[in-house]
Amino acid sequence: MLPDKEFILKLARSAPTELSPEDQERSDLLKKVSLLRPLVMVNCSTSGVVAGAKQTWEAIENYVSDRSIDIDLAETGSIGLSSEEPVVSVQLPGRTRLFFSKVTADRVPNMLDDLFHHVVPDQKLIGQLRQSGHEPWSDLPYLDEIPFFALQNRIVMGDCGIIDPFSMGEYIVGGGYKAFLQTIRSLTISEVCDLVVASGLRGRSGGGFATGLKWKAAFNTPSDQKYLICNAEESDPGAFMDRNLMEGNPFLLLEGISIAAYAIGSNRAYIYIRSEYKDAIRKIKNAILQLRESGLLGDNIMDSGYNLQISLRKGPGAFVCGEETALIASLEGKRGMPSSKPPYPSTSGYLGRPTVVNNVETLSNLPAIIRNGPQWFNGIGPEGCPGTKIFSISGRVRISGLVEVPMGTTFNTIVNEIAGGVETGRELKALHVGGPAGCMVPAEMMDVPVSFESLKSNELVMGSGGILVMDDKTCVVNTVKYFMDYVDKQSCGKCIPCREGTRRMAEILRSIIRKSTDEEGHTTLELFKGVMQLESLAEVMKDTSLCGLGQNAPNPVLSSLKYFRHEYEEHIFDRKCNSNTCTELRSWFIDVDMCTGCSICAKRCPTEAIIGTARHPYFIVQQKCIGCGICYEVCKFTAVYYK
Amino acid sequence: MATENSSMDEILKRFPQIKRNALIPLLQAVQDEFGYISEEAIARIGSHLSLPTSKVYGLATFYNQFSFSPRGVYHISLCNGSACHLGGSGDLFSELTKLLEIRDGETTRDGLFSLEVQSCIGACGQPPVMAINDTYFSGVGVKEVRDIIKQYREDAT
Amino acid sequence: MGIRLEVNGRAIEAVKGETVLTALNRNGMHVPTICNLKDLSPSGACRMCVVEVKGLETLVPACSFPIEEPMTILTHSPRVLRARKTNVELLLSNHPDDCLYCERSGSCELQSLSEDLNIRERRIPGKKSPHKMDKSSPAIVRDPAKCILCGRCVRICEEIMSTSCLDFAHRGNELCISTTLSKPLNFSNCTSCGQCLISCPTGALIEHVQFPELDAHIHEPEKIVVAQFTPAVAVSVAEQLGYKPGTNLSGIITAVLRRYGFDHVLETSFGAEMMMMEQVEIYKKRAAEGNGLLLMTSSCPSWVQFVEQSYPELIPILSTLKSPQQILGALIKEWYPKQPGNENKEIVSVVITSCTAAKTEARRVEMSKSGIPVIDLVLTTRELARLIKLSGLDLDRLEPEQPDAPFYSPGSAGKLCGVAGGEIEATVRTLYSNLTGRELPPAKLHRFRIHKSFREMVIEVGDREVIMGTVSGLSNAVALLKEIKNGKRKVDLLEVMACPDGCVNGGGQPLPVDEKVLRNRSKAVYDLDNGSKLHTAHQSPSIQKIYNEVLGEPGGEKSQELLFTTFKKREVLL
Repeated sequence: MLPDKEFILKLARSAPTELSPEDQERSDLLKKVSLLRPLVMVNCSTSGVVAGAKQTWEAIENYVSDRSIDIDLAETGSIGLSSEEPVVSVQLPGRTRLFFSKVTADRVPNMLDDLFHHVVPDQKLIGQLRQSGHEPWSDLPYLDEIPFFALQNRIVMGDCGIIDPFSMGEYIVGGGYKAFLQTIRSLTISEVCDLVVASGLRGRSGGGFATGLKWKAAFNTPSDQKYLICNAEESDPGAFMDRNLMEGNPFLLLEGISIAAYAIGSNRAYIYIRSEYKDAIRKIKNAILQLRESGLLGDNIMDSGYNLQISLRKGPGAFVCGEETALIASLEGKRGMPSSKPPYPSTSGYLGRPTVVNNVETLSNLPAIIRNGPQWFNGIGPEGCPGTKIFSISGRVRISGLVEVPMGTTFNTIVNEIAGGVETGRELKALHVGGPAGCMVPAEMMDVPVSFESLKSNELVMGSGGILVMDDKTCVVNTVKYFMDYVDKQSCGKCIPCREGTRRMAEILRSIIRKSTDEEGHTTLELFKGVMQLESLAEVMKDTSLCGLGQNAPNPVLSSLKYFRHEYEEHIFDRKCNSNTCTELRSWFIDVDMCTGCSICAKRCPTEAIIGTARHPYFIVQQKCIGCGICYEVCKFTAVYYK
Repeated sequence: MATENSSMDEILKRFPQIKRNALIPLLQAVQDEFGYISEEAIARIGSHLSLPTSKVYGLATFYNQFSFSPRGVYHISLCNGSACHLGGSGDLFSELTKLLEIRDGETTRDGLFSLEVQSCIGACGQPPVMAINDTYFSGVGVKEVRDIIKQYREDAT
Repeated sequence: MGIRLEVNGRAIEAVKGETVLTALNRNGMHVPTICNLKDLSPSGACRMCVVEVKGLETLVPACSFPIEEPMTILTHSPRVLRARKTNVELLLSNHPDDCLYCERSGSCELQSLSEDLNIRERRIPGKKSPHKMDKSSPAIVRDPAKCILCGRCVRICEEIMSTSCLDFAHRGNELCISTTLSKPLNFSNCTSCGQCLISCPTGALIEHVQFPELDAHIHEPEKIVVAQFTPAVAVSVAEQLGYKPGTNLSGIITAVLRRYGFDHVLETSFGAEMMMMEQVEIYKKRAAEGNGLLLMTSSCPSWVQFVEQSYPELIPILSTLKSPQQILGALIKEWYPKQPGNENKEIVSVVITSCTAAKTEARRVEMSKSGIPVIDLVLTTRELARLIKLSGLDLDRLEPEQPDAPFYSPGSAGKLCGVAGGEIEATVRTLYSNLTGRELPPAKLHRFRIHKSFREMVIEVGDREVIMGTVSGLSNAVALLKEIKNGKRKVDLLEVMACPDGCVNGGGQPLPVDEKVLRNRSKAVYDLDNGSKLHTAHQSPSIQKIYNEVLGEPGGEKSQELLFTTFKKREVLL
């Protein structure tokens, strides 16, 4: 049931304790403070579905219908423990909510059997939610006590995985839209801009530009129409913080967009979202519809005189459209090719009008900043770089997921203390931070605090906040080649340095991880020259590329050459990959004890590198072997192995 | 053909304004409806928006979402994210190209399977991630992929 | 408002808001550019024009960087030169190595850039992208392997010619210039105007070279090879032979061609004068029946194809005449076989023109008789230059010769067709005389010579006012027709030339071309007219002779058979 206009205004104007008993009851139900029946929430956002949440949902539905149990089954977002999905939370009336991990369909019956008998299943429990007025479960950890959550400061992500992303009512009774209504009713445009400047909020997409100053540039450019665009084109490999925010708490983003649009004097906002983010799209569409119906979007919002329309545009898929001028070109119905800056979009952007492009995470920070004031925000994190940052952690790490920490937290805290570090028996080699535009952080630099300035002074970048954890069995060169291949494929092709430069750099990296086919031994020299060329090409690309994609594409190469030059040298001079990742550099051998001499491998070898006589053990000639591994695949006697 | 034409008419009716910024939503509607962008569709879109067809084609080839040949009954999307790469998506890709004898962006001759390497969708919790139509598979290895394809092939006959 | 810049240590004045490149060029300072097109908005794609600005972290493109405050700029610092050199080397790493065999060797901008930047070795190895040549069009050959993706052709085709048959397709290192669905060029809506070719910096776009085919004909005793060359060729080929731009080589070309082996040499201006005679009759008929825009010229093959493809509803307003070269070609194939001694001989008709669209035109079904094309070979000005160089003839030792009778007109009316506005200027002279019985002093029509894309004049003929107009550049033509349709402008008789500035700027002309060269070529044509003693078609004795002996009357049955044609709607992917 949609809260009506009066109820919303009442909530927005009054403190929680000032509500009438009926309104308080209504509010408690929406906030799930008081429950009429047990509540089961399943993370049905992308991270959950990929792990099997749909099947879990069906299993729960079947369980309760078979036993005629009355429950509220609701979708929720992700609390950020991606490697523990599907996460299911259960709240019995009057008791605190319990969170369980890896609840696949087969585990549902036993788990619910226990819970509906008020017994806590002992397996895969994450913890209980700290909720005042609810009876806690004894001897169970609170979520905010376990290391993963204890060291985070979830001012943006806090409600993801807790609230129902389809419920506008729940968002509003939790304090939502208070900030927006306060803004449009009592602050002038100029005051909002000043407030955000004072807060020190900086763009969270990697650029770190002061958000308030960007707004002011648009605010100061006279025009008949201005546009606010939310950049939800998150194609960075390994980055999914924006997706999680949109799937977990779409109303937060929409409130942020509304505040930003007001601040620049715009009544037209667009959300440019990747078409692959189907779940986020469906939730945002639903949210916009509900907001329109309740009068929080549209004409004369809540009698304030402010009009706002927010439209969704699905990005047809191009990483380069994350760059603001390319995004604007895409919105205009053109190929997503960036254009030179200046002029900046704040003065001349979409359809030639002043346009501000802000990142999802940046916008999601706004409601809290308005509600709590700029000083509060300024107090989090170091000077000059206030607030928190959400990092997406993946790779060779115990817990993959999303972590929101105050700026200034060290990589050590994030990766080792919060995400559990690498698996037992392995060593941390490096972190790759920031995706294709990012850099390698070697193990010895893990104590660098994460803020724009401190990273810059260490010649590192944050990027959008994706952290890929690499252990001793991960090949640095292979990882760098992966990122360069990605940029090569995603480059728009407009400018020469990026188009041709990334192609050549990718070729050089590919040649380094390939087996030498040159009998004369010149390959080593060629590869060595190739590495030198990587550096000189990188400099020119950084200096002359048209947009950030090309300018930052060489970052992984340059940082890995700085800290892991020895790995390059091993590949080039020793022709070895010590992490055994580069398949072509593997040396293949035949175990004479296992080989029956069936000769299938010799027949299938593309370079005729296997010799022998029938029914005697065969032998691989190393100089002819190109490392393709076909012999390994066809051998029925597991006689082929690599070192 | 007649049904295609009338579906095309329906789609064009949803975009009555002749503006360049309707081009991408219009192409997306055509892609969703027909599964690919045909020559006739390009000609009709160009004429509807008063745009040269070279611009329509040029735009459609820029983006990942649009294809110019029909997809298979089962469309396989393989995530190409960084965690999936470390998790072995490269091996899955080699296996799939070998099993289906097609490359990235192609459809098998019997029209049953098509393969696409997709940009990271951010489900980095259990790499590597693969989707066949709307069904997801995570943390699968080469052997499981062989079994999955075999299963789909059997279901189709 | 003036802003002071310091460039390479020198102080210059700039205007606030203009780009660095504009300021530099105005002060005689140059930086290399590839993707930049004069009068079109900057793209900033090629990064050749990058300069170093004190205080800015990266190099900035001069073509698109606006000047808002004083700056200190270095245009040729070591950092800048290194960046330019590396970027050109990157281009070369994906470029074929066949300078020696390439059509553009000697006029290729990539070649001159490499020389200027002292690139002496292939430092960046690597695989080249695979590409297929598109030889489908009779006029233009596309070689994507040589394309450096500067985008000039795309912008010219879209913004200057309103055709847009080419656009960028795909992305990253699969980026290419393509027609819709990568169809062969002859399936697209290309009108063969060749403006893309003129703007292309490399050999990615060249004409379909046909002059080697001459070998099969030129010294065959059983063949009579007849050449005709257009006035634009006469004033332009000089540039490729070491003469000043604008040198008129008409008589010399005739002499060269004869010595090369052509049996007869004619000038297309004769066909143009025939066209004017017929045009007047067509106009008179239409003027008697209606008003408004009555007649648009059909002498430009690219314009005609454009109308057939994109504006077929305007076909009734087009004239029904062939182009001057086709008119003369028809007369050639009518007259020469009947001459004594030519009974068993094959007549081979060759046109030498500045127009690439003429190559496509020659293959039109309407331009053939009994299935055989009336014009057998079309060569461009550039091909003529090759031919002349191949002949080894010393032009300085040749005396100018006259074309063969009876198709030689000593007047200058036909020659004016080489420039935009020339055809209508010369046609009006005959029209006026025809309608009033008086001769118009040529100087009265010099309004058609002002350098604007659209020129018009109102002529009083008796009690009527006839508005004559001329427009060049297809986008200008489209804009003008829109104004006429909306009633904002009135024109009765309109000359349309596809190429901006007319045939002197045709797709087959010598390269490179710039404003100064075009002006010199146009001036040469005007000088021909100014210095001539005979300014009209109708007063030309040879024109009168042809009508008396061969055709009868303008508009008569014989004219209809030989000189008229039909146009029809053509279905292409627009």
